[in-house]
This record gives sequence, structure tokens and C-alpha cells, in this order.
Amino acid sequence: MIRSQVLICGGTGCTSSGSKVLMSTFEEEIKKNGLEEEVKIVPTGCFGLCEKGPVVIVYPEGTFYSHVAKDDVAEIVSEHLLKGRLVDRLVYKDVDESVVAEAGKTVSLNDTNFYKTQKRVALRNCGLINPEVIDEYIAMDGYAALGKVLTEMTPEDVIKCVSDSGLRGRGGGGFPTGRKWSFTAAQPKGQKYVVCNADEGDPGAFMDRSVLEGDPHCIVEAMTICGYATGASEGYIYVRAEYPIAVKRLQIAIKQAREYGLLGKNIFDSGFDFDLHIRLGAGAFVCGEETALMTSIEGNRGEPRPRPPFPAVKGLFGKPTTENNVETFANIPQIILKGAEWFASMGTERSKGTKVFALGGKIANTGLVEIPMGTTLREIIEDIGGGVPNGKKFKAAQTGGPSGGCIPASLIDTPIDYDNLTAIGCMMGSGGLIVMDEDNCMVDIAKFFLDFTVDESCGKCAPCRIGTMRMKEILEKITSGNGTLEDIDKLEELANYIKANSLCGLGQTAPNPVLATLKFFREEYIAHVVEKRCPAGVCKALLNYSIIADKCKGCTKCARNCPVGAITGSVKNPHVIDTTKCIKCGACISNCNFGAIVKG
Amino acid sequence: MKSLAELAAIREKMKDKVVLREGTGDVRVVVGMATCGIAAGARPVLNAFVEEVNKAGLAEKVTVSQTGCIGICQYEPVVEIFEADKEKVTYVKMTAEKAAEVVEKHLKGGQVITEYTITNA
Repeated sequence: MIRSQVLICGGTGCTSSGSKVLMSTFEEEIKKNGLEEEVKIVPTGCFGLCEKGPVVIVYPEGTFYSHVAKDDVAEIVSEHLLKGRLVDRLVYKDVDESVVAEAGKTVSLNDTNFYKTQKRVALRNCGLINPEVIDEYIAMDGYAALGKVLTEMTPEDVIKCVSDSGLRGRGGGGFPTGRKWSFTAAQPKGQKYVVCNADEGDPGAFMDRSVLEGDPHCIVEAMTICGYATGASEGYIYVRAEYPIAVKRLQIAIKQAREYGLLGKNIFDSGFDFDLHIRLGAGAFVCGEETALMTSIEGNRGEPRPRPPFPAVKGLFGKPTTENNVETFANIPQIILKGAEWFASMGTERSKGTKVFALGGKIANTGLVEIPMGTTLREIIEDIGGGVPNGKKFKAAQTGGPSGGCIPASLIDTPIDYDNLTAIGCMMGSGGLIVMDEDNCMVDIAKFFLDFTVDESCGKCAPCRIGTMRMKEILEKITSGNGTLEDIDKLEELANYIKANSLCGLGQTAPNPVLATLKFFREEYIAHVVEKRCPAGVCKALLNYSIIADKCKGCTKCARNCPVGAITGSVKNPHVIDTTKCIKCGACISNCNFGAIVKG
Repeated sequence: MKSLAELAAIREKMKDKVVLREGTGDVRVVVGMATCGIAAGARPVLNAFVEEVNKAGLAEKVTVSQTGCIGICQYEPVVEIFEADKEKVTYVKMTAEKAAEVVEKHLKGGQVITEYTITNA
């Protein structure tokens, strides 16, 4: 009889920090201690706190061990699993003082600051079930929503339920999901398709990957429900080939669902047929755009086409198609089971439910969080994310990656939802949230994202192909200290032009990082142009290192560490940097014990 | 899968296997599993509790877990039962048979078996 379960994260983050080895070591140690009959090892999807990986949770106590190394395993097995004593040094304990463990109970995962304010709907099974075992998904009420839909509800009922819930597309656009489904459903009967967009391409975003890795059956179930509601009998999941674990688990999930008759002919004896296929994308960013994605599934070069006709009318292979993002689908089974009112009770007036964010950048708890819509940026960054590390000041957060904008520190109390973000010239995007501190130059950030879109532009339309390149050139001119005030105006004009005239979402949103930084951090652009200065000290061409003679003790350490021999001076006398030789690497600053070297 | 009943059957069969991960139940059975406890035979007691709790269908309500040395080594194996709003009950010198009885009478029936508690030891 199993009395204890050891859950080991098998998501991409923890796999790369060594969770596979942990799994085999646990198996060995458990065997060595004769606990095979009592303790079970369960590989799971992402727990969310990737920063602390590899992560291991021991139930029934719910003890959360972080940064577990191979050498720690023997101790966890002999101490915790055999003798019931926690291995205190490994327990993750970021909790409020109000949470004091009672006798016999240990601080559990849900008490930690990282988890306690989260509300897990899309991620509810991630880190809780073994994604490669269909029975575990079923135990968590999996496929019950599909059963309910096929035996009790008409397609109209399903669409009404999804519409009433207020669910909006989680891929970035925020289009009401129920309405999208009703467009496809309204098309004449015949071949129709369901497509799942798992082509997650934003730098720094990994929520779709985590859902696919941690709970693949929920996507299979949701797509089948969508097929029933819209009258489609076939579905495609378009997933990046760079997500090998996600692809493997999806393949397993589809195979298991077929064996159980949850995919295939006559599901639940209802006369409804549905099957799924996986298509691997080569990782072109533009293929996240729905028309380009469908073109790519058809076997053609992934390029977008003008809309209308919309995919609901003429989509994949010219047939009516419903296309939704992974996270959107992940909400569907819960909405069906718990009802539209339950879902609509979370969130704000026009943005219902929860949103998953991938936290990255200058933040203590890098990882995956799911919070109700309307949570403020401050709560996400300071409470859940643990704040900006190293005592630095929060400067801005970039949402939506290369399609989004930034939220400056002055707006940190903005409740996050679709409309609030749009109002401040930002966008929800798919959920990447990159935190920046005072050491980040906003002009440089804008240049970074533009670099990305220039690379990823498919080249079909001129505004995007040529325009983004010209914008990048202007930004390069500014960051190298050759910009003029006119350049800033030209940049803004060009940005607005590209936004208005590009063919697809990629070009229409590509100027957003520039427009947002111009709006909130115009003074930084002006500093670069007028004062030839980079306030954050990032843009190398505008930096000059110098030694303050009064503070320099003449210890020669900087001179010895300068890789290009740009520092001269004799012992016990102030040193001097030759700016013509200096490559601005910063080695002298980090080596100076007296704070005598400054950049600016 | 032809019917909801088939799905429900799988769910029921699997529920016991995942219920451990749903957080701690209202009642906690804690078995002392330090060296002294193990030497005195705490492992069969722990396993008996897990088995009997599941057999009695109490897995969702009762969490069985371990702890270290409680400090009364002469009375091992020691088992403590915590229930919200109730005083803690400490059973001493437990065996697998006594454990089955505790599950039946105490956890299921709500009747503390005083003769096994520390006050009578």
C-alpha cells in the first residue's frame, strides 16, 4: 500500500537542472531502504517555481524541497521517507511569519508566498499529476467535461456556456472565445477543423509549453469539446519542434485517448467522431499568426494572408476552422464542469478568469504563475515574484514580448486585464512578463525586440519587411551616439505607419516596444541624442570609464586586470584610463576595492 | 469509452492514488518514526494505518503521515491523532492489529479507545 508519494518535476526547466537523474537516484535509494511497496515516485509537469529547480514535493505532507541535488536524495529517503524527519536545509520556506507549522504538520507548498495568492485553473494539474498516465487525469475529473458535453448538452449549449463565462483568447488578441466558436458553428455542415496554436514564440514565454508538458490530456479534451460545439471532426495541434518533451507527452496523450475511445469514432456512444493530429513547427515566429499557422499546416511556407475571409469561414484547407491558443483551451473543461458563473466570478468586469504569466528577467522567483485577472503588477512582482533582487529598483515590466509594450514603475498598481493594458498602450500578449530594473536601458530593450522582429519578419509585406529594418537602423544610430532629435520623430512616425499598414499581427505589433518606451521613457531617448549619454549605462558607445583621482589608492589591481592594457599609473599614485584603448568591459569596476572607478 | 459509468469507474479506482496530493485532510494520524519507533515496530503500524484508512474509505478525510521522535521512547510505537477543535489523542505501544482497531472505532466511529492511550499506559 502506498503511503507516500514523491513528485518530481519533469518540466523542461527542472529536466535541464537535472531532475531525470534525481528520479533514478530516488528509485535506487527507495529500493535500498526497502520502501518500494510504500513510496511511489511520480514524474509531473511544471510546478511553476523554476528558479528553485529541481523541485521535489513529498506527499501527504506536501513538503516542498527546492534545489535538490543527486547527493541529497539518500538523505531525503532515509530521513523523511523512512523516519519522518524533514530535511530542513532543503525545505523551501518563503512564508509569512503568521504561518507557523503546528505539531505534526509541516509548512506546505500552498502556504508559501509564491503559491498562496495564485489561483490555478489552466495550471491546475501541472505539478500534481503524472502527465503520461491518463488514469491520473481521469482521477482529477478529466474527461468528465467531455462526457457531460456529449451526453447532456447540445452544441448550442456548449457555445452559450463558453460565451457566458466571458473567456477571451489567451494568445494575446483577447477575442471572446464563445463568439469565435459560434462563427465556425454557423457555417454550413461539412468538413471543419479545430486548431490548437502551440507555436509559442515570444522570447521569455513558456506557459503553453508547461501546460502541454504538465497536462496534455486537458488540451485533447478541450479540443474535442470544441469540435463537438463547432461541428468539426478533426483537429490539429501545431507545436514547436523545440518543445520535445511537450511533443512526446502529447503523442502519448493522444495514443492513450484513442485506446480509451475518448478520441475516434462514436465517443461516449453519442455518434460524435473526433480525432487529433500533431504538426511540428520549425519555430518561425510568424507561424504564431493564425493564417500563417494554417498555411504552414497545409505544408506551405508559413506566410500570413489578408483577412477576411476569416478562418471561421475559410481556414485550414479552405474549410471553416476554429483556432485557439493552448491556455484558452486549458480553461474549457473547468468551465464546462463548474459552470460559466464560476468562471465569470473571477477577474474583472470585461476580463474573466485567470491568466498565466511567465515571470522572467530581474526577479527573484523566475517561474510560472497563474493569477486572477485584475491582480496588480505590484502583487505579481513583489508578493509572488519576490521582488527585484540585489536591492535594485524596479523600472518597468515588459508584457507581450516583441508585440507588447512596457509598464513603467509609476503604473505598478494597474490591475492587469485586457482593457487596462490596452488603455496604457500595452498589451496582454501571451503572458511573458519580463521585469527590468534600473540597470536596463529602455532604448536598448526596444532595439533588442526590434532586432527580433526584423529577423522574424516573413517579408511578405513591405511595411513590416522594410519598415522594421529602417526602425532598427535609427535605433542603432541613437544607441551609438549619432542620433538627432529628428530621428526620434522619424522613428515615431515610421512606427505608427508600420502599425497601420502591415498585413498581419506581427508587423502591426512590431513597433509596440518602441512606441511604449517612447511614451514612458522619452527622456532616455533624448539623453542618448542630446547629451550623448546612456542613463542606465548599457549602450557601450556612450559610456566612458574614468578613475576618480581622490579615491584611487594606486593599488594597481585595475591595471593588472584590464584585458587591453588601457590603464596606466605607478604604485600608490592615481591611475588613468586611456579612453581610446578602453573596450568598456567593466572589468576594472568589478575589481576596484575602493569604488574609485565610475562609468557614465 | 462508451459510457459515463466506465469513466466514473476509472475515476473511482484512481482517486485513492491521487488523493494524497490534495492537501492534508481534517484528521491527521502521525506515527513516530524515529530510530526508537522503527526499532519498536512503527513501520508495520504506519503501513497498517495507511491500508486500513483506505479500506475504510476515509482517505479523503484522514491523512497518515510520520514524524520523528516524540520523546517517550519507552512507549513506542507512538501514534498521535490530531483533529480540528479536539484534543490530541496519543496512542502508545501500538501494533498493526491495534491500528486496525483504532481506524475502526476511533476514526470511523468517533470513539477513543482509552485503554491504548498514554493515560493508561
